[in-house]
Amino acid sequence: MTKDLRVLVVDDEPAIRRFLRASLSAEGYQVIEAQSGHGALELFRRNTPDVVVLDLGLPDSDGFEIIRALRDSGSAAPIVVLSSRTDESGKVRALDLGADDYVTKPFGVEELLARIRAALRHRLQQQGEKPIFRSGDLTVDLVRRIVTARGAEVKLSPREYDLLRLLVMHAGKVLTHRFILREVWGTETDVQYLRIYIRALRQKLEADPDRPQLIVTEQGVGYRLRAAD
Amino acid sequence: MSDDRTDRDLRPSPEALLKQSDRESRGRLKVFLGAAPGVGKTFEMLNQGRQRRLEGIDAVIGVVETHGRVETDRLTKGFEIIPKKRLSYKGRVLAEMDLDAILQRKPKLVLVDELAHTNVPGSRHPKRYLDVQEILDAGIDVYTTLNVQHLESLNDVVARITRIRVRETVPDSILDRADDVELVDLTPEDLIQRLKEGKVYVPAQAERAVRHYFQPGNLTALRELALRRTAQRVDEQMVNYMRAHAIQGPWEASERVLVAVGTRPGASALVRYGRRLADRLRASWTAIYVETSEAQRLSEHEHDRVAEALRVAERLGGEAVTIPASTVADGVIDYAQSNNFTHIVVAAIRQPRWLEFIRPSAAHEIIRRAGDLSVHVVSEERTSAKDKDEPARAPPAADGFKAEPFVGSLGVVAVALAIGLVLQQSLAVSNIALVFMAAVLVSAISYGRWPSLFACFVSVLAYNFFFLPPLYTFTISDRENVVALFFFALVAVIVSNLMVRVRDQVMTARERAKVTEDLYLFSRKLAGIVSLDDLLWATVYQMAAMLKVRVVLLLPDGEGVSVRAGYPPEDLLDDADLAAASWTWQHLRAAGRGADTLPGAKRLFLPMRTGRGPIGVIGLDNDRQGPILSPDQRRLLDALSDQAALAIERVNLVQDIDRAKLTAETERLRSALLTSISHDLRTPLASILGSASSLRAFHGSMDVKQQEELIATIQDEAERLNRFISNLLDMTRLESGAIDVRAEATDLADVIGSALRRASKVLSMHRVQVELAPELPMPRLDAVLLEQVIFNLLDNAAKYAPPRTEVMVKAIAEGNLVRIEVSDEGDGVPPADLERIFDKFYRVHAVDRKRAGTGLGLAICRGFIEAMGGTITAKNRSDRSGAVFTVTLPVEAIAPSEKAA
Repeated sequence: MTKDLRVLVVDDEPAIRRFLRASLSAEGYQVIEAQSGHGALELFRRNTPDVVVLDLGLPDSDGFEIIRALRDSGSAAPIVVLSSRTDESGKVRALDLGADDYVTKPFGVEELLARIRAALRHRLQQQGEKPIFRSGDLTVDLVRRIVTARGAEVKLSPREYDLLRLLVMHAGKVLTHRFILREVWGTETDVQYLRIYIRALRQKLEADPDRPQLIVTEQGVGYRLRAAD
Repeated sequence: MSDDRTDRDLRPSPEALLKQSDRESRGRLKVFLGAAPGVGKTFEMLNQGRQRRLEGIDAVIGVVETHGRVETDRLTKGFEIIPKKRLSYKGRVLAEMDLDAILQRKPKLVLVDELAHTNVPGSRHPKRYLDVQEILDAGIDVYTTLNVQHLESLNDVVARITRIRVRETVPDSILDRADDVELVDLTPEDLIQRLKEGKVYVPAQAERAVRHYFQPGNLTALRELALRRTAQRVDEQMVNYMRAHAIQGPWEASERVLVAVGTRPGASALVRYGRRLADRLRASWTAIYVETSEAQRLSEHEHDRVAEALRVAERLGGEAVTIPASTVADGVIDYAQSNNFTHIVVAAIRQPRWLEFIRPSAAHEIIRRAGDLSVHVVSEERTSAKDKDEPARAPPAADGFKAEPFVGSLGVVAVALAIGLVLQQSLAVSNIALVFMAAVLVSAISYGRWPSLFACFVSVLAYNFFFLPPLYTFTISDRENVVALFFFALVAVIVSNLMVRVRDQVMTARERAKVTEDLYLFSRKLAGIVSLDDLLWATVYQMAAMLKVRVVLLLPDGEGVSVRAGYPPEDLLDDADLAAASWTWQHLRAAGRGADTLPGAKRLFLPMRTGRGPIGVIGLDNDRQGPILSPDQRRLLDALSDQAALAIERVNLVQDIDRAKLTAETERLRSALLTSISHDLRTPLASILGSASSLRAFHGSMDVKQQEELIATIQDEAERLNRFISNLLDMTRLESGAIDVRAEATDLADVIGSALRRASKVLSMHRVQVELAPELPMPRLDAVLLEQVIFNLLDNAAKYAPPRTEVMVKAIAEGNLVRIEVSDEGDGVPPADLERIFDKFYRVHAVDRKRAGTGLGLAICRGFIEAMGGTITAKNRSDRSGAVFTVTLPVEAIAPSEKAA
């Protein structure tokens, strides 16, 4: 499935490039490497990769600049950001600029691969949307607007449904507060609203609302719905 | 305006609330006020004190004079009595209330008899009421007794009624500030009865005077005074209450009283009159002194009189101002009109009527121009006679008779005579008078009033003798000439007077200009000074020079104040001075010589403050008797002190800012440290974790070469992490001073060799050249530290120089030094960074960075090398691109004590 998918890895640390190259090629990706922002843009233009793994802390330019440049060039290729920063605002900024997901250094390679897969799948989904979404014991029928959790149908208010639908459409991907508010409420209202609706959704969907397994909080960044099975 | 009024009416007035809250933290004062001795004030005070004790309040007796009266004595039973302090004064031992013991005992309530008492010289305060204020400040309640004749503002009135002037007075403000005033009243008949029964204490030596005092008429008048004073206080209390509770009322006193203080005797009495008038009108009041050009000619006594009158005004609760103006009337009228005064009090006119036409008196002028203002002209008779504030009359201020000006005047006239005799040939006799007139003018300008009048006199005689027929006699034949001579004399006197006045004004102006210029220069000087010590020195020097006194300046040091500068230099104060200085610092009021508090001290201490708060204390002294400063000097000192205080504050602020900058710098460093540590720790960790997890996930599908690569990555990165952590630990050791230099004779080749071995991995991509001079000495140093330094330099070269370039290590001996150079062929160090690269967490930004630096390596190099007594510098190579680091070390070991520094 991943055959012929090209991954562009942008990182200035040779050690990190080395293990990324090893594992990504073992997964079946074609790996292209760049060690600077400048080189990355050059390689991107020539090779049009399917997914980009980007280190935010590059010596010559800001990782944010590369995200902006890629998105400005009209590319929709998923971008997964490697961040050695602990600052949540940097992650939110990267996501707002158009990155699809992030992994915080240090990370296990499986985690990164899962993020890459989710990002790629999401892109594929948008191309041909599947009408029925399943994750754990949650089923969402996007055509008939029927939601079932643990085998029983769940009644959702229109706004709760809109929120769930947005999460489903980006399942596996982190969505920033700002993005959700803009998509569901149309304006960037108070994050507090969002918290209340997320809690309501969890009450209705999660087996244990206090230890959510489906709708996961990314502290300081946003929410993520567990990817489809 | 109307808004303003509504506002004021609806809200409690802030001053009233402030007054209330001020009262809440202070102790409460209750005054038992009586019309005369013997009415039973002490008795009543003790009675109420007992009452409080029965209520469980901790009440003690501070001082009570029972004069052996049995009933009174009985009342003191059961009270704790604070023992009196024994003070010896002029060979006698006197007992005085022990203020410190009371403050230390800290009861809830203390009974202090005889508020108006004057303390034995050498006590902390000259007056007991000042002791009481300090007790109140300490939060202790006080009951005290007072006779109405001791009240400052009633002092004159009582003296007129009884013909006895009481020397011991208490400012009215203390009664005004009392929380309760209880009138202890007894009818004159009963009091006289008590006196006859021997129930009133009468000192034997004053019996006759006292008998006279206890006349029914006197007593009735005194009783009325006491009743009125109490009634007035009750009235004030009510007004205060209403203000504090925002109750509307008729107190909106628009009346304001301005007392024009002059230099003549009775100025203080005039002030007291003003205060009584203001009290009756419920008006606020101000005493004003107008300084005209005549101020220059005033004697010391007149100066003192004015100063004393203004002080009395402040003591009585009024305001005291001094303003300059061309005439007294101008000053008073302008000030009154621009500050909405309604009443002016002036002293009566005392000059003959005819003189009014030539030089109208201030009172006359003020009345003429008063307009809407009411003018109260107070006869000086009721004030002058025995003004108690009058300093004992010293012999009139004779400035000492000097003969020279008169001789000079005579000379000038003689010259005029000579010229006259010459001119006589060609000029009419009447014109010769002009020559003499010129002589009088010259004399007036050069010598002042009396010599010029003398010149007038001599000129008239000479003119008559030599020029008016009959010649060479003092008689005049021609009637016309008599008239001419008379007018000549008159004009000469007037002109000489005018000239003298002009001369005085010029001198005053010149003196002022000098003072102003000095002040200006001083402020310019202060503005240029940055260090506190220079500033203090300039301040004391300037004060000493301008005021002709000795000066010390004290600044706060933790708890109290200590001497920071003095002119002439002075480091230590004796205990009395130190006590006065700290009292001034704590209370921000004057203390010491000439002040109300601790007058026994050698110096006068004055607070220095700015709008922001107290800065320090100035101490002054000189060898003269009497007050240290005249009012003029006092103002000058205030000006100097204000400027100095502002400058000191400025310097302190600059220091604060520097401290803040330092803190900010530390903060920046700390955040750089955090960023660096989080990056430098996490990057190798990310590589290790990523490689390990890759191996685990894909070892099946990877070929051996890939697996080897990942394992090598794990090892390399773990070593890198180790290096970083060692660097961090080294840095920590350096900073905590825990570097232990173990110096021994060391083979440099060996150290360099082992450093190269350790660095072989990081340098695997570079060519390494080693050039060691033959016969290198064996310097005494710590081989472990040096190896780390060389390793760090090699590591650094590997980081910043591209692969396949040459890294060179050289060692040579130069006299008593050895030099080790590590050079590379990288891009070199940006010139601006050459010094900063040795700073902690400083990293040169490489465009194509192969390996991240920690920003610690070079800082550690410098730390280690300096600990061994050597130096390390960075340069760019001149022969090609690249950096060269040079370590220079002494061959001989440095003394152990110096190494750890």
